[in-house]
Amino acid sequence: MNQKQNQVIISKEEVKHVADLARLDMDDTSIELFSKQIGNILQYIDTLTSVNTEKAASTSHAVFLPNAFREDEVKNHMDRNLALSNAPEKENGNFIVPKVIG
Amino acid sequence: MQLYELTIHEAGRLLKNREITSEQLTTAVLERIEQIDDKIGAYLTVCADLAMEQAKAADLVIAKGDGSPLTGIPMAIKDLICTKGIRTTCASAMLDQFVPPFDATIMEKLNQQHAVMIGKTNMDEFAMGSSTEHSAFKPTRNPWDPERIPGGSSGGSAAATASDMCTGAIGSDTGGSIRQPASHCSVTGLKPTYGRVSRFGLVAFASSLDQIGPIAKDVTDTAIILNAIAGYDPKDSTSLPEPVPDYTSALEKGLKGVRVGIPREYFETEGVDPSVLESVEKAISTICDTGAERVEISLPQSKYGVAAYYVIAPCEASSNLARYDGVKYGFRASGKTDIIDMYRATRSKGFGAEVKRRIIIGTYCLSSGYYDAYYGKASQVRTLIMEDYKNAFESCDVILAPVAPTPAFKIGEKVDDPLTMYLSDIFTLSVNLAGIPGISVPCGFSPEGLPIGLQILGNHLCEEKILKVAYNFEQATEFHNKKPAV
Repeated sequence: MNQKQNQVIISKEEVKHVADLARLDMDDTSIELFSKQIGNILQYIDTLTSVNTEKAASTSHAVFLPNAFREDEVKNHMDRNLALSNAPEKENGNFIVPKVIG
Repeated sequence: MQLYELTIHEAGRLLKNREITSEQLTTAVLERIEQIDDKIGAYLTVCADLAMEQAKAADLVIAKGDGSPLTGIPMAIKDLICTKGIRTTCASAMLDQFVPPFDATIMEKLNQQHAVMIGKTNMDEFAMGSSTEHSAFKPTRNPWDPERIPGGSSGGSAAATASDMCTGAIGSDTGGSIRQPASHCSVTGLKPTYGRVSRFGLVAFASSLDQIGPIAKDVTDTAIILNAIAGYDPKDSTSLPEPVPDYTSALEKGLKGVRVGIPREYFETEGVDPSVLESVEKAISTICDTGAERVEISLPQSKYGVAAYYVIAPCEASSNLARYDGVKYGFRASGKTDIIDMYRATRSKGFGAEVKRRIIIGTYCLSSGYYDAYYGKASQVRTLIMEDYKNAFESCDVILAPVAPTPAFKIGEKVDDPLTMYLSDIFTLSVNLAGIPGISVPCGFSPEGLPIGLQILGNHLCEEKILKVAYNFEQATEFHNKKPAV
């Protein structure tokens, strides 16, 4: 690889911060590994900076589609118990979660 | 010939003429799975009882003369397609116990035709990978060489098709996940135009790139499956409200007047195996011998495809996978009394390393201060890549290219080096960014006997053109008839 390899592209602190944002716990070994691996990937992604995009619009979708409107009609919906059938914890037709308000 | 070796169109003819029953065919395929799947690992769930029930029901439909081309045909379904009442795991610990309460639209369509669902196939977790090594449950082995990967992420569907453990299969393609495993396993795989097939009930990875498509034993079968699954779906607002042609009617001999574009840059890329280049060059000559005209084209932005893709796909994934929080469905870590602690423990235990890596890349690229430099820039480069193809299709009808730069690599070879793994999709990713259709057809073997595929690309909704070129190539060659010795 080139001389940039030893440069820090994404620090361990940054990996930790981003993992926090994404609600992921990571141990020190994984953080160190990810910092290296993701650093290599981001360095590769940096080739995009050499592309002249001054006149390019941005694309977020592969095919052009206008807004998809439909009539607001009442249709059959899924049975409540069926919809809850995969819930890790449930009671009286509701999802149970740990206490949110202290 | 054994019943499990039949193609869909061969089996369809025998079923229609009452020379075989779906019960016999399904039994033969289930026995084949029983005999060899220990060595391959293509399936995560085999639905033996359900399949036999469906086969008997299909035989009754055929007896009444109401059969369709997929009636009674044993199909393998990638395990990220929701199947009502049948566990759908995405090869992730997060969805290990998930039993969908509804069917994906494509499953409703297959059920309407009375196809038989033989089982759910292995894949890279949440379709993130090129080798099927990132499955939380087991790797799948390449039927041509068990030491090697079958490709990915639809590795289970491709390996099952190649080793006759199904008659046809369904995969999904976000950056090459149908075409690359099809190439590595010597089967035919088609990624349709974005929006051609409904994504309702497909577990989302990168929503602007994901597309469901067929993996099959030949081009005719590919067209038959596409006929069954294509079409507008009010439940998918990105599906295209365009009529669906009969794709099998595109399978006519002769390519006179068809202009095939050869993208210079693809043949000048570093690191492409000589046997791949040689096979693809030979395939181009074969196609031109059947009447097509060769046109040199240029896709100057294609070299930025991998970089743009590895911003856009992880960004979309990090957002899509935020839903796995242990509340509504899927895995929940136990013993946490604080909700944030519960989210963190659930996601940390439920996701594998590659999924976490991509969530972190995506979250980083979308985070405050980095959005414009990464996601904004990549979205603009995506426009330029789309314009490249648009310009190219002004001077040609289809584009011919390799599928993967090398034949199947060894299990474990790239698993610790994500960037190298990502670069193995260099010829397939741009197609998803542009939303155009592409097919992989078998076009040769390396000196070690490993399969090589030819990629044929078309403009939006030009599936008929690529199927026609693929069909003519197939009919002029014997590669699709070669089977691995399992």
